[in-house]
Amino acid sequence: MAAVETPKNPPTGLAEFWFYFSRNKGAVIGLVVFVVILFLAVFAGVVAPHDPAIQDRAVLLLPPAFSEGGQASYLLGTDAVGRDILSRLIYGARFSLFIGVIVVTLSVISGVLVGLIAGYFRGRVDTVIMRVMDIILAFPSLLLALVLVAVLGPGLVNAMIAISLVNLPHFVRLTRAAVMTERAKDYVIASKVAGAGTLRLMFLTILPNCLAPLIVQATLAFSAAILDAAALGFLGMGAQPPTPEWGTMLAEAREFIQRAWWVVTFPGLAILITVLAINLMGDGLRDALDPKLKRS
Amino acid sequence: MFRFIFGRLAVLIPTFIGVSIIAFSFIRLLPGDPVMLMSGERVMSPERHTELMHQLGLDRPMYVQYFDYLTGLLQGDFGSSIVTKRPVLEDFVNLFPATLELSLCAIIVAVALGIPAGVLAAVKRGTWFDQSIMGVALIGYSMPIFWWGLLLIIFFSGYLGWTPVSGRISLMYFFPQVTGFMLIDSLISGQAGAFKSALTYLILPTTVLATIPLAVIARQTRSAMLEVLSEDYVRTARAKGMPPFRVIGIHALRNALIPVITTIGLQVGVLLAGAILTETIFSWPGIGKWMVDSVFKRDYAVVQGGLMLIAAVIMLVNLVVDVLYGLVNPRIRH
Repeated sequence: MAAVETPKNPPTGLAEFWFYFSRNKGAVIGLVVFVVILFLAVFAGVVAPHDPAIQDRAVLLLPPAFSEGGQASYLLGTDAVGRDILSRLIYGARFSLFIGVIVVTLSVISGVLVGLIAGYFRGRVDTVIMRVMDIILAFPSLLLALVLVAVLGPGLVNAMIAISLVNLPHFVRLTRAAVMTERAKDYVIASKVAGAGTLRLMFLTILPNCLAPLIVQATLAFSAAILDAAALGFLGMGAQPPTPEWGTMLAEAREFIQRAWWVVTFPGLAILITVLAINLMGDGLRDALDPKLKRS
Repeated sequence: MFRFIFGRLAVLIPTFIGVSIIAFSFIRLLPGDPVMLMSGERVMSPERHTELMHQLGLDRPMYVQYFDYLTGLLQGDFGSSIVTKRPVLEDFVNLFPATLELSLCAIIVAVALGIPAGVLAAVKRGTWFDQSIMGVALIGYSMPIFWWGLLLIIFFSGYLGWTPVSGRISLMYFFPQVTGFMLIDSLISGQAGAFKSALTYLILPTTVLATIPLAVIARQTRSAMLEVLSEDYVRTARAKGMPPFRVIGIHALRNALIPVITTIGLQVGVLLAGAILTETIFSWPGIGKWMVDSVFKRDYAVVQGGLMLIAAVIMLVNLVVDVLYGLVNPRIRH
């Protein structure tokens, strides 16, 4: 994805990318953790020890296996209605990663398109687009998402739409700035003189050269989307119970905060680990893709 | 300079109009109409419904309604709560100091810890110290703060019993609101222990709310500092034998702080978004909790007015930050 096609002489773009990425140890750790979470999410049906929805009255609020009174088959304990927390977390990874992918896809595609138009055409179109982005940025993102979900109705899909919308301005601004810098460069002018049409100039000549900061921003947006969706779930406006979404699980666990620490601790830990892994990768991507920071 | 400030104000006008259009249309996008929302579960005859619609001016053309709404806004009329019937502005003015106090404390903590941490990390670049500071900062940056707040409550309030779980001050103390800032009001009241009580109520929410800005400021300070430390003038200062403390503290830091100030300004939105979660967890009676409660109570008049007021606060703060930035960095003005 990040590789820019270069002649066959070494190093290739991908090799160069990997060289810089792998020098950042944190990024490699983040990548490994992320791949593990991805694996768990994809194979949740095989990996999870229990059905995430099955309630067992015999094991209500069972502590984790490693603490007093725990059972080995419920590694991280059970929640207030006797569901296995570990299994719910594993299934929950599906939701969080899915949310991240959808939100990033939606906001990247629309944000890049709008930013490209603003940066390429400038003038009135640009002014109008940027004012609209200013309006979105005038609201705290979580508040805007919360209100949008209130209008659209609580639920995972609407939460994703709302989070995509509040993420949009970042991509628009970033693309616009990059396009404006690239547009004035000689290679673009040369391409124009050679007779390239507007669409070709926009998408094939300019856009590929603007991708580096966008990829880094996309990683950040991925982790931010997971956090925001969990926050909405926590406030009761995201995924609805009994969906094993991590934020929703935390909301359900809140009332047991004084007697069953594990119900509260593990879902949050899952969010933190996932977001941290993605942010670590984001730092590595920035090192590898941002030429300004490359030190030979 | 006046041209610069004026230019910024001019840009704010279309944004303000856009924000007001969003707040205006929000309540009309909801399923049902405001009259049905007000009546709630009660059944209403169609005649009464039409009458109320007329009374509230909801049967007139949209643009007339919007124009009335805008005129009201400019006269300070942000609507009234459907539930309590109190004016939205009045509630906002009463609750805002609580959010402001919490946010100010959080940003002070974030700046006071974040800048030194970032500077030290940059100076000791590549050492274990740098790596652990940046590791902690990345964890802070990745933190789901609603969970972080719950953990702190479990440990400090539940297990150790050091801090209270919710509210702004112990119910034992009662004194009039003067500034709306509990820390200051409790000092003015002169009641023994009141200030200490207010402080213990403030510690956990402040910690939670400061977490993300602190991490962002530390990371930003480090990278700005690294950039500045490789500049020629820093090398010159070092070469002429200036003590390292002066080189870093005076020559480098002053220039490194320019992007950091922008970052701090950008944290206002982050703080208000964080206040929504923090106030909900700690039952802190500020505007974040007020908005969440209103969304759940379906008090959409409050949500509408609150959206408008919060956006106005953010726009104003951004304007002030822009102007300050122009003062610090003359290049921006042109």
